[in-house]
Amino acid sequence: MSPFTVIAIALATMLLGVAAGYWLPPHGRRPRSDRPRPVRSILLPFTGEAISRRSFEAAVRLAKAENATIMPAFLARVPMNLPLETALPVQSASGMPLLEAIEQRASSQGIPVDSRVGRGRSARDALRGLLEQEHFDRIIVSADEDPRRGLSYEDLRWLLERVPAEILILRPAPEDTRLISSEGVSGHF
Amino acid sequence: MAAGVGKTVRMLAEGHAELMAGRDVVIGLLETHGRAETAQAAQGLELLPRRTVRYRQSVMQEMDLPAILTRSPELCLIDELAHTNVPGVEHAKRYEDVEQVLQAGIDVLSTLNVQHLESLNDHITELSGVRVRETIPDSILGRADEVVLIDLTPETLLDRLRAGKVYPAERIDAALNNFFKIENLSALREVALRQVAEEVGAKRLTTVQVGARGESLAAQAPQAVSERLLALIEPHPDAQRLVRRAWRSAQRLGAELDLLWVRKPGEALTAEQERSLAALRQLASVLGARMLEEESDELAGAVVDVAERRGTTYILVGHSRPARGLARMRLPLPQRLMELLPGVDVRIVADRAMRPGAEAP
Repeated sequence: MSPFTVIAIALATMLLGVAAGYWLPPHGRRPRSDRPRPVRSILLPFTGEAISRRSFEAAVRLAKAENATIMPAFLARVPMNLPLETALPVQSASGMPLLEAIEQRASSQGIPVDSRVGRGRSARDALRGLLEQEHFDRIIVSADEDPRRGLSYEDLRWLLERVPAEILILRPAPEDTRLISSEGVSGHF
Repeated sequence: MAAGVGKTVRMLAEGHAELMAGRDVVIGLLETHGRAETAQAAQGLELLPRRTVRYRQSVMQEMDLPAILTRSPELCLIDELAHTNVPGVEHAKRYEDVEQVLQAGIDVLSTLNVQHLESLNDHITELSGVRVRETIPDSILGRADEVVLIDLTPETLLDRLRAGKVYPAERIDAALNNFFKIENLSALREVALRQVAEEVGAKRLTTVQVGARGESLAAQAPQAVSERLLALIEPHPDAQRLVRRAWRSAQRLGAELDLLWVRKPGEALTAEQERSLAALRQLASVLGARMLEEESDELAGAVVDVAERRGTTYILVGHSRPARGLARMRLPLPQRLMELLPGVDVRIVADRAMRPGAEAP
């Protein structure tokens, strides 16, 4: 074999290697097309500093069963004396860590997460704004006897009457006080 | 800020205002440095005489602390807070005298140059080449109910110095050749403005309460800018996590946050990407971050342009997807940014959910 042939084979092998490196997915990762694509979205709105563990677990169960994306949504309330577009750093200081906690928990169970933030004069107004922008297949809310912790009964009725999505309302469970809060964030946030 | 800006005159003006308002005001200690303007400003206010203190072979004049406590006015004006007392009096430092006056229920107005703050002493020595010996702990300033910055442009201060309003004629040349250089005064002014902004910021944060009123205060009070963060995002759900993390860092640093998306020219977005982008814009708006969009083929170059334009001090990037093909031979983006932007911190934000044992119970 002449030196020219050896060099030609070496060059061809190198080119093949580069082409393979470009076309083949790296590190044994499954090609994007092989991965199951989430087709449904489950909205998990919240207003306070914690959400009930029951509603989160319900969202995870459904997301696993339906190959869906969980969309936790922080609903921020803009005081009447401020413009609607105003930044809300104080409320965000509690809402962002909770979004992070929810996302970490869901991701660690293999559930895709895509967070949202809604803003309005009330929780319902913020939720309405989100629903106007995007379609969600399912909405999971937890009925709470204390309206300060989330959506009121009137808000829930409004959801059932007006929103074209499957609504799952979890009945109040006074005996189940488990919550997911910002304290559940892994590492400093 | 520096000698000659008018601290003592301003203190005396405040004293006059309080006197006019009916309060019992006395001057506990006044340093006129021979300035006629200062002496004139003190007229009409009761001045407590200094006491004589013998130290070794010298006779010195010091503030008469016992006389102030005996006189017990409502408000006492005490000049030169960082002054070191002659040994033999009650305290080594004047700020300790002031603490005792405050403990006696007497309000105090005092004066201080920014270079006398302990934490800034090294920094200012580095900037000006002159070390100030008399310092006070920063906590003393932190306990003040109100801090007023006496600001003067370096040019005006130099004019005052040349006109003999700061030092006597024989000291002007020496002052101009040493501390009173325009670059020193500019640096001191910057440090003073920053220090007061931080004081105000710290006080603002302690008064902000959660709720409508708190949100109102937070919205109306602009942040003092010392650091500026830039987070690189893409219209992808993972970018939300990066933005949240960047915002928390910005909050801790008291910094502004910019978000940058570098879009390839002519790139069309999928419906999913459009939704992600809208969600990112909404998140940025709620958090008070500025969303920037640039069109470029060269990501690192576009980031460098924006970072230089915006005065970025800190860049946050997400975990990159593994490179393919020839791209594997190129330096990763964080390294390229570190090379192109020396002095700018670059942080790679990890996905905490991927940490071993990250799953919460």
